Amino acid sequence: MIPVCRLEELPEGASVRMDVEPPIAVFHADGELYAIDDTCTHQDASLSEGYLEGCLVECPLHEASFDLRTGRPTCLPARRPVRTHRVTVDDGVIHVHRSDEENAAA
Amino acid sequence: MRTVTVVGASLAGLYAARELRAQGFDGRLVIVGEEQHRPYDRPPLSKGFLSGKAGESDLALSDDEETLELGAEWMFGARARGLDARGRTVLLEDGRTVSTDGVVIATGARARRLPGPVLPGVHTLRTLDEARALRADLRRGTQRVVVIGGGFIGAETASSCAAMGHDVTVVEAAPLPLLGQLGPEMAAVCARLHERGGVRLVTGTGVAALEGEQAVTGVRLTDGRLFPADVVVVGIGAIPNTEWLAGSTLAVHDGVLCDDGCVTSLPQVVAVGDVARVGGARAEHWTSATAQPRVAVRNLLAGHTVEHVRPLPYFWSDQYGSRIQFAGRREQDDVPRIVEGSTEEGGFLAVYERDARTTAVLALDRPRPFTRIRRELARAQAPAPVSTPAAAAEPAAV
Repeated sequence: MIPVCRLEELPEGASVRMDVEPPIAVFHADGELYAIDDTCTHQDASLSEGYLEGCLVECPLHEASFDLRTGRPTCLPARRPVRTHRVTVDDGVIHVHRSDEENAAA
Repeated sequence: MRTVTVVGASLAGLYAARELRAQGFDGRLVIVGEEQHRPYDRPPLSKGFLSGKAGESDLALSDDEETLELGAEWMFGARARGLDARGRTVLLEDGRTVSTDGVVIATGARARRLPGPVLPGVHTLRTLDEARALRADLRRGTQRVVVIGGGFIGAETASSCAAMGHDVTVVEAAPLPLLGQLGPEMAAVCARLHERGGVRLVTGTGVAALEGEQAVTGVRLTDGRLFPADVVVVGIGAIPNTEWLAGSTLAVHDGVLCDDGCVTSLPQVVAVGDVARVGGARAEHWTSATAQPRVAVRNLLAGHTVEHVRPLPYFWSDQYGSRIQFAGRREQDDVPRIVEGSTEEGGFLAVYERDARTTAVLALDRPRPFTRIRRELARAQAPAPVSTPAAAAEPAAV
């Protein structure tokens, strides 16, 4: 579990990139918090810099679009999904639970 | 239509093949590619591939699963040398022919070279094989690199070479690199990136000759100066691959002439990507190559033009740790205005305006607001008008 920032520091429509390996992007979109792997599966671009529309984030480089809920690409050029990670808010602080660590613990 | 042949197995050709299947074409699909490689993405060649950050497997545009699903007959290492007058037979250089009902021309463009024989150490950068050769030369210790041409390929190559520790000089014939694309104010701003990256930028002078006997040793400029060089990269534009169509009935002038729907003078022949002059303009943009095939294939299968395509010109460039993005149709006297950030440091967003209307947008490290304006511009221009000025590509002297 990785602390990200306080909830009020990530208003609706905002995103933050966490410099972990591999980097993770956290979004406040459509009234929810989402965390996905930050690097577009198509080419080297940071999805945290992408354009948000509802639950979709568009890669800033090539218009590949990913569903924040599932990590699945909704159109080309991306063909592979990004990983999604569980997000919780504890005492007003956003936390990301990396899916690889959660699976390892399960 | 029982057989469709896609000539060209790069980005636009692959997208056309995908569209054929997606739009219900279940006949025989033949894909002819001059190179030996499966479709790969070219933009990384001057960036991550050169510096070693990306390998060849990172370049793949498709995978085994999709290749299987497409159910196409791939012919690699097969160079087309002709199309018969009716557009029903594709002739290959090795003597084979492909009989076909429909043709998608996606033969792209090749790097323009300097006249004369090519000395060892002199490179162009467009294909994977060219990138491999350049990368091999750059791995032989620290080199003096001269890049001829300050356009995107030149600037990205220079940036990659500098990051690898080489001593780099960029020679640009125009007063500033990217002058035609960005205008004088913004071209001057972007030119400063070279300096920031530790690269020498020499402008306003052409190349008189490459020096060297067995291998290149230097670049002689028209103003008399000589820059010693172990490696020279020539990035002076691209020439559309249309020579193979010489015996056909198709009209060719700096690209295959098409209507606004990518349809040539033969209704069962369409053209997409760098080789296509669509509605008077040829756009050597990644996004044009991916946007045109859907419409081209629709018109091909319909037998006539039922839809026009006019993607908003969009290009990007990664150099010296910064990302430049540009979208829109800038005309010569459109005035740029900084709307966010600063040209001095940390990136900026600029819009070009004419009569209080935004015509184009330029960003340096401002991807999110850039995308917002790019989308607004794309929305504003739809639906595509039929007659358009040829602003996206300048006719090259051939």
